[in-house]
Amino acid sequence: MRLEPRAHAPLAIRLLAPVGAVVAALALCALLVAWTGAPVLRAYGLLVEGAVGSRFALTETLTRATPLILTGLAAAVAFRAKLWNIGAEGQLYMGALAAVVLGGELLNLPAWAVLPLALIGGALAGGVTLLGPAVLKVRFGVDEVVTTLLLNFVVLLLVSMLLEGALKDPMGMGWPQSAPVVEAAELPKLIERTRLHVGLLLALGLAVILWLIDTRTIWGYENRAVGANPRAAAFAGMPVTRVMLRTALLSGGLAGLAGAAEVCGLKGYLTLDLSPGFGYSGIVVAMLAQLHPLGVVGAAVFIAGIFVGADAMSRAMPVPNYIADVLVATSLLCMLVAGLLARYRLRRS
Amino acid sequence: MPSPPVVLRLSGITKRFGPLVANDAISLTLHEGEVLALLGENGAGKTTLMNILFGHYVADEGSIEAFGRPLPPGSPKAALAAGIGMVHQHFTLADNLSVLDNIAVGTEPLWRFWSDRGAARRRLLDLAERFGLGVRPDALVGDLSVGERQRVEILKALYRDARVLILDEPTAVLTPQESAGLFDTLRRLTADGLAVVFISHKMNEVFAASDTVAVLRAGRLVATRRTAETDREELAELMVGRALKPPTPTPMAAGEPVLALAQVTVNSGHGRPLLDAVDLTVRRHQVIGIAGVSGNGQTALADLVSGLIHPDSGTLSLKGETVGYADPAAMVRRGVARIPEDRHAAGLVGAMAVWENLIAERYHDPAFQRFGVIRRGAARAHARAVIEAFDVRCPGPDARTQLLSGGNMQKLILGRTLAHGPDLILASQPTRGLDVGAVSYVHGRLLEARAAGAGVLVISEDLDEILALADAIAVIHHGRLTPALPHDRVSVRQLGLLMAGHWDVLPEILDAA
Amino acid sequence: MEIAQDILNILLSAAFWTAVLRIATPYVLGTLGELVCERAGVLNLGIEGIMTLGAMAGWMAVYQGADLWTGVLVAAGCGALMGLLHATLTVPLGLSQHVTGIGITLLGTSLSYYVYRLVLPQASTPPTITPFQPLDLPGALAQTPLTYLAVLLAGVVAYVLYRTPVGLAVRMVGENPAAAEAQGLSVTGVRIGAVMAGSALMALAGAFLTLSAFNAFFFNMVNGRGWICIALVVFASWRPGKALLGALLFAAFDAFQLRLQQIAGGVLPYQVFLMLPYLLSILALVLVARRASYPRALMIPYRKGER
Repeated sequence: MRLEPRAHAPLAIRLLAPVGAVVAALALCALLVAWTGAPVLRAYGLLVEGAVGSRFALTETLTRATPLILTGLAAAVAFRAKLWNIGAEGQLYMGALAAVVLGGELLNLPAWAVLPLALIGGALAGGVTLLGPAVLKVRFGVDEVVTTLLLNFVVLLLVSMLLEGALKDPMGMGWPQSAPVVEAAELPKLIERTRLHVGLLLALGLAVILWLIDTRTIWGYENRAVGANPRAAAFAGMPVTRVMLRTALLSGGLAGLAGAAEVCGLKGYLTLDLSPGFGYSGIVVAMLAQLHPLGVVGAAVFIAGIFVGADAMSRAMPVPNYIADVLVATSLLCMLVAGLLARYRLRRS
Repeated sequence: MPSPPVVLRLSGITKRFGPLVANDAISLTLHEGEVLALLGENGAGKTTLMNILFGHYVADEGSIEAFGRPLPPGSPKAALAAGIGMVHQHFTLADNLSVLDNIAVGTEPLWRFWSDRGAARRRLLDLAERFGLGVRPDALVGDLSVGERQRVEILKALYRDARVLILDEPTAVLTPQESAGLFDTLRRLTADGLAVVFISHKMNEVFAASDTVAVLRAGRLVATRRTAETDREELAELMVGRALKPPTPTPMAAGEPVLALAQVTVNSGHGRPLLDAVDLTVRRHQVIGIAGVSGNGQTALADLVSGLIHPDSGTLSLKGETVGYADPAAMVRRGVARIPEDRHAAGLVGAMAVWENLIAERYHDPAFQRFGVIRRGAARAHARAVIEAFDVRCPGPDARTQLLSGGNMQKLILGRTLAHGPDLILASQPTRGLDVGAVSYVHGRLLEARAAGAGVLVISEDLDEILALADAIAVIHHGRLTPALPHDRVSVRQLGLLMAGHWDVLPEILDAA
Repeated sequence: MEIAQDILNILLSAAFWTAVLRIATPYVLGTLGELVCERAGVLNLGIEGIMTLGAMAGWMAVYQGADLWTGVLVAAGCGALMGLLHATLTVPLGLSQHVTGIGITLLGTSLSYYVYRLVLPQASTPPTITPFQPLDLPGALAQTPLTYLAVLLAGVVAYVLYRTPVGLAVRMVGENPAAAEAQGLSVTGVRIGAVMAGSALMALAGAFLTLSAFNAFFFNMVNGRGWICIALVVFASWRPGKALLGALLFAAFDAFQLRLQQIAGGVLPYQVFLMLPYLLSILALVLVARRASYPRALMIPYRKGER
């Protein structure tokens, strides 16, 4: 057996690939569910119901999807340019940190400026965080995978330090958490009495804008060329280094924005458990979407649904909610294989 | 006289790659002590055939018999065990490992608790001595010259008791003198009873080294001849299948200089510089050829003129104007058309569409963008025009570039650069790996541009190509460049000596000129 | 002056060097594991998850009644299986080693947590086992058997890589797979084998945490050690001896900062000290990146007979 590249992958195959991957992942994880003795179909039924079964479930899923769209876009944008940003988690926290500072009472900014500044500041903080590893990559040839991964730990420690120090909420009963942001820094709710906030629209808008940039502008044109073949891009006269750094700012910025939006739209303050691994799940989202900005939206909603649904399921059954993480990891690996089958044909030799 | 025993018999070998028939029912026999030349143009199917023989590819039809026994298909291991050794055109050596490691790997059973290095070293030195192939066992392969690496490759085969040796274009990277040395080695091997197949597209080598010649054309074996009983004219006709008149440069008076390098040095960061005080002038209506063995600074020279690297000292001027800090985009703006050495890796983005590749050098041009938004209609129209003008065979502007053949990719690059009436053309290895039709097309286009007033700088490791195109030839060796020698005042022998670094012949040539 | 005296006291205490060897052990094992994978040309970013799985599986086996060495073997076996999965996806299928590795890490980690929670649904304080005890030797030599095993394995890996046919084969497929194949080696086979062996070593690194250093399994207990191992491999220029040295140096620094915290704790928040190892790893990468002579075929998938 050998693999032969397809001349062109029809749209149907490209759409089918993630569906097939998800089905395969669900089938594999059914074994783990069955191991608990719980009825598999009912468990999955509860999962789906918990994710989309009611208005409340749906808004919860979409709330959860908001940061995932942004971290998914962060990964997709970076991976397209072959910039292996595995540090979205750290960039997210940097964004959240900036938002808490800018949106806090300390600075006393005019009310109309607080929210935009908190969001833009969050994005900038995330972008600058990735700029470091990107500069090390283009300047010294340091592999960005390891540096971005290590920076995740550094950032978390930094956040922990500030939450126990300068940013500690005096009213927080001693918990390591920041003071809440002022009311003007809060993103309005989309639907009353739910947690769904305007951050979702922001994320959707950015997905569309990124798609347009990617396909219509010379920016996107340069990004695609540099990602596919940096040597040929440099030979043709494209500014490869600048594209790399620009991509780093953008990717880190999206992750930072995810953190800022979580603070301004959902939590209101910063704790060390702001993100249950949104940065890492973003990688899965991007891969399921085959790095397509619009696909990221669908993939993020799906992954969010798994997490929200699994929580509901584990409340009703003796299946640990870590099944969601296993499902997500398995989906990623299955998606890699499915993506391969979409690009290549299996031929008997 | 009884003919020596048959060592290898190929019967009806057919191999298809998609719609392309690379080998079409080829049958061949090889005898002990025989040197068989496999002659054919690029793309005739020679390398494919040898890769099937050595087990890299599996034939769709046909069978191979070695020393009377059938050879299992698709297994280099089986080929090695049957006594077949192969020296690939692109050497299969690990630069970071020693000569001995490269030769000994895979020769011992994998699961042993020790490796008998002493015995391996003795055996290697013994073989080297017997066949006159001097090597240093502990040197890193990365530090060896091309000629030495080839010796390591041959020793690798001999170390495994190869009785049949396949050499794929062995002289492509050697000087004429090194090639003569290789042919001496081959004679020693056949005297020892080995059989040799060597692949070539060069006529003079066939006559210098082979007993028998098999001619391949478009995947088919068109003839087998005793070398002594044929002649150049017959082989040429068999090989090409039609009388192909190569484009020849008409003499032309050179115009004003378009490119001038003055004492240009480019440092490598370690050891000797990549380019060492190079002087070079290219004028309008003139083709300057840079000859040399690969790895002597050609890449640095090409990168310099492409704008990828910058002189550490000395100056580069275009059309009489000194260029301070030129990047590729600036070179394009100043009218330099650049044809890269490696069209797959550096020339084109395979994953992008044909039209996208065609605007890669000038997407900032208002013709192709407005306020940063690409004018896709205009870009596609431009692509259609280039496809038409340069005879690129492809489904259309939206075709993915990686699906094009090598020749069509090169036409695409020609179209991208030549369509804008350049003043200087830099052509690095412009026809490497192309079939004969595409070669002649590329040469024709370059000569056309010369006639239109461009200066052309051709860097090629194929001396025949340089001889076919250049008005004057400069030889590059260890980063140093000879003055450009008028084509008609220098012999192939002299060029060979210069390529090998014997620059003491230079005064004699310059005096005559 | 007082600080200098304090520092000297730290460096001269036996307890400090005991801690260095203990801290170094998982780094030695993990770095060796990653080194074996990368020498064969396969980057294994699954290391973090494989270490977590090794920690969980080894501990769980012992918790369920197996003896300690069986626990070690179970961990190694689980690691090898994860290695097989990583290698299957990246070698014959040629998928992105970066993304697959992240997937393996996510899978290894989540699977460990899932199984742990499944077996122990509501353990508020983590249950414990009796771990390996230090050997009855003087001073810093009083280490558990796994520490000695780690040092021994550094020698074994060096010997195998440089002195045996299979080691030469591993180095060859990592440098030039086409050349290895032309010499009759199975590139796929050698790479899969190397990744499995390397992953088993990574799992041992994890098992050390639950079977020697601590006596229980915690969430997030690997805590980035795997990523530091990847940096250490680069720092060690892919050489087992230097890997051992690098891990010891790193551990010495870590042990030192832990003690420095106690002295300077009042002046600086403890998080600053905890950041140092990660920042140090990044710094080490920057220092060696330019002259690193990495295996030439690292991260480049090899497909036989590809045209």
